[in-house]
Amino acid sequence: MIRFALAGNPNCGKTTLFNTLTGSTAHVGNWPGVTVDKREGTYKKLDEKVEIVDLPGIYSLSPYTPEEVVSRNFILDEKPDCVINVVDATNLERNLYLTTQILEIDVPVVVALNMMDALEASGDKIIIDDLQKQLGVPVIGISALKKQGTDELMKRAYDAAKHSRSGSTVLENSSVSGIISKVKDALPADLESKLFHAVKLIEGDELEIKAHPEANEIAMKLKAEQPDDGFEGDYEAVVADRRYDYISRKFRSVVIKANKKGVTKSDKIDKVMTHRIWAIPIFLVIMFAVFHIVFSEDLFFMNAMGLNIANNPTAVNFFTGMGYEGLLEEAMANGEELSLGIPSLGVFLQSWMGFLTDGLGELFLSFMPEGTWYTSLVVDGIIGGVGAVASFIPQILLLFLFISIMEDSGYMARVAFIMDRAFRKFGLSGKAFIPMLMGFGCSVPAMMAARTLEDEKERDRTIRLATCFSCGAKAPIWAMLATVIAAIGSSLGFLSSIFVFLIYILGIAIAIVFALIMKLFGKNNEVPPFIMELPAYHAPQFKNLMAHLWEKLKHYVIKAATIIAASTVVLWFLSNFGWAFWQGLVDIEDSIIADIGVVLKYFFYPLGWTMGEDGWMYAVATVTGLIAKEDVVSTCEILGVSGSTLSIAGIFAFAAYNLFTLPCMAAVATAKSESTKKGFWVTLAWWFVSSYIVSFIIYWVLHCYEIAWWIGLILTAAIIAAIVISALYLARRIKRANSQATA
Amino acid sequence: MEKYLNEFAVGETGIVKKITADGKIKRRLFDMGVTPNVEILLRKVAPLGDPLEVTIRGYELSLRKSEAQNILMEVQK
Repeated sequence: MIRFALAGNPNCGKTTLFNTLTGSTAHVGNWPGVTVDKREGTYKKLDEKVEIVDLPGIYSLSPYTPEEVVSRNFILDEKPDCVINVVDATNLERNLYLTTQILEIDVPVVVALNMMDALEASGDKIIIDDLQKQLGVPVIGISALKKQGTDELMKRAYDAAKHSRSGSTVLENSSVSGIISKVKDALPADLESKLFHAVKLIEGDELEIKAHPEANEIAMKLKAEQPDDGFEGDYEAVVADRRYDYISRKFRSVVIKANKKGVTKSDKIDKVMTHRIWAIPIFLVIMFAVFHIVFSEDLFFMNAMGLNIANNPTAVNFFTGMGYEGLLEEAMANGEELSLGIPSLGVFLQSWMGFLTDGLGELFLSFMPEGTWYTSLVVDGIIGGVGAVASFIPQILLLFLFISIMEDSGYMARVAFIMDRAFRKFGLSGKAFIPMLMGFGCSVPAMMAARTLEDEKERDRTIRLATCFSCGAKAPIWAMLATVIAAIGSSLGFLSSIFVFLIYILGIAIAIVFALIMKLFGKNNEVPPFIMELPAYHAPQFKNLMAHLWEKLKHYVIKAATIIAASTVVLWFLSNFGWAFWQGLVDIEDSIIADIGVVLKYFFYPLGWTMGEDGWMYAVATVTGLIAKEDVVSTCEILGVSGSTLSIAGIFAFAAYNLFTLPCMAAVATAKSESTKKGFWVTLAWWFVSSYIVSFIIYWVLHCYEIAWWIGLILTAAIIAAIVISALYLARRIKRANSQATA
Repeated sequence: MEKYLNEFAVGETGIVKKITADGKIKRRLFDMGVTPNVEILLRKVAPLGDPLEVTIRGYELSLRKSEAQNILMEVQK
């Protein structure tokens, strides 16, 4: 089978072309060692099947980002039969810069001039024949979106692949051409793509210097002999300048600009979206709307308007997935009247997902013998555990749909633009705001959204912080603890009404502290550069969105079926069997996990919430919370936790521990696939250790207040002083280290 | 008149004279088309005062002031 690679700038329509060419055969993975998407698929309309590899979007073949290294290594080492260079016809100048670099490699190249429809709509024209003559490779005008010219493109690429091609450069008649040919001669005789390697050596490319030290010495000598005027011997600048110079000289005549130069639609949209005053409010409204559609129980604010669907059982059943009876009972038990609004799409789908998994469980119960271990394994273990995770799929996908729309439309780049200033102080760039905000919904799509961050280290840090933003599944824990506080009924009872709010604020505050700590101790203190394109706004493509969602769904389902299923079965076993497991099922009080809880109780002792008689129960609930965070509540219910042994300090410490510790298995699995390998282990350690420390501090500070307010005050002052002193000390040390490094 | 890009006012246009940055930032600027003799228009400043949005080679580029202070410009008109 022959293999073509798609290469091009971000936002050039490469993914749309890939989807058009490969249809349903596409599959997505990661490039080995890095979290960069690797898309592969098959094109079937030629005599031979063609494997298509979609390289990540890049601006250059320099070695500074993982995307660039992956693309360049693929073209050089894997030697695709043809490289299809996708070029945005509406933005020719910058797109051709990459083309001039690809052309230097010994590989057949075909240029796909994409977005011809948009170009025509703007009134501009490109003389394709002239462009083809200048570049020396076939150029085909296409519209990937409208599927125009794509089959012709593939035919031409197929023809091109039959003949080998040696690299050519636009630097040929420039001031550096002499050096290039000499360095070329100095490279090993059997090396392929000598031209490419020679040019990169002259640019001072780190990867090439490592690979060809001898040739580099010659290059260095030649460069020293001929310092290019105006650039002070900076050949990286010289080469870039010559490339752009060639492009603007030779290709300006290729483009015939229409005379009207007015304000485009995209400009008009942008004027509103990044408005000095309105940009941030608009962004907040958009985010509120997204969350409302995904998580709201009452989409149209019916309760606030005094409207209700509770007296219509059919409607309630429809909207809550057959939950009318249960809801009615629950409301009556609480002495309330059932009051329901029409839920949001996300909640609606989640209810039905829950209904389906419940139904599946009942179905198995109906024909499997009751009370046996294997019935329990299937119903409680697998269906119960995986079902809990699966019920989040609709909301995760919906959230992700909105992220994809924001990305595809070009708005995400503007969010980064708007928020960057605020985030840079914490060592993060503006784009990190989206994953963090998503964290309030669910950590899984939050971590997936971190992929929009370009810098790998920043991605790892953002994933690490995602748990600080209390997700939807943690909310029931806070609700439960709030009722416990109310039940204590001390003078601090007023805390129950603001408890949930306090926990959310605590999460944000600690996230800021964590980010600052990571910034201080990170080896790479500098924030990644923010030199990025702000693409023109355009309507997102339905097909691309669906392809995107399908990828995420597949990933998530595979995870649910493997890591999550395995871990839930293990937890099921631990909580349903005693040490003499051959004797069959036991109640959770007599299970292995209860004994583990007794041991863990001492581990958590310094945190103050396992000191009571039922302390082991909180330890167990924390462990079962790893399946899904709601399980903390259900475990407490099963075990009959009263909360009477907890003090206010203990409640806050318990909440803090559950907020900052390992998230559920689904999120851990997502973190693993979205982080770098090393980053993931650091993240796991971070979650383990930081939650313990935070919980510890919170308990002892609050506990001192419980003993006497002035002891608490002294301790608080001491801690603040310690933080300030250590921060000052660290800042000074880092300053000194930096000045030493530059000196 | 010469000044750095971060000192430009919105709507001002200039020609790049020199890039004084190093390493990754320099390379990134080159790759995005910020090379000597190219024309740059400062279009917008983000709501919080940073980063900047410029028009260059027919597209919109965003960069921070700290990055723009590496770009020496000749002001036009």
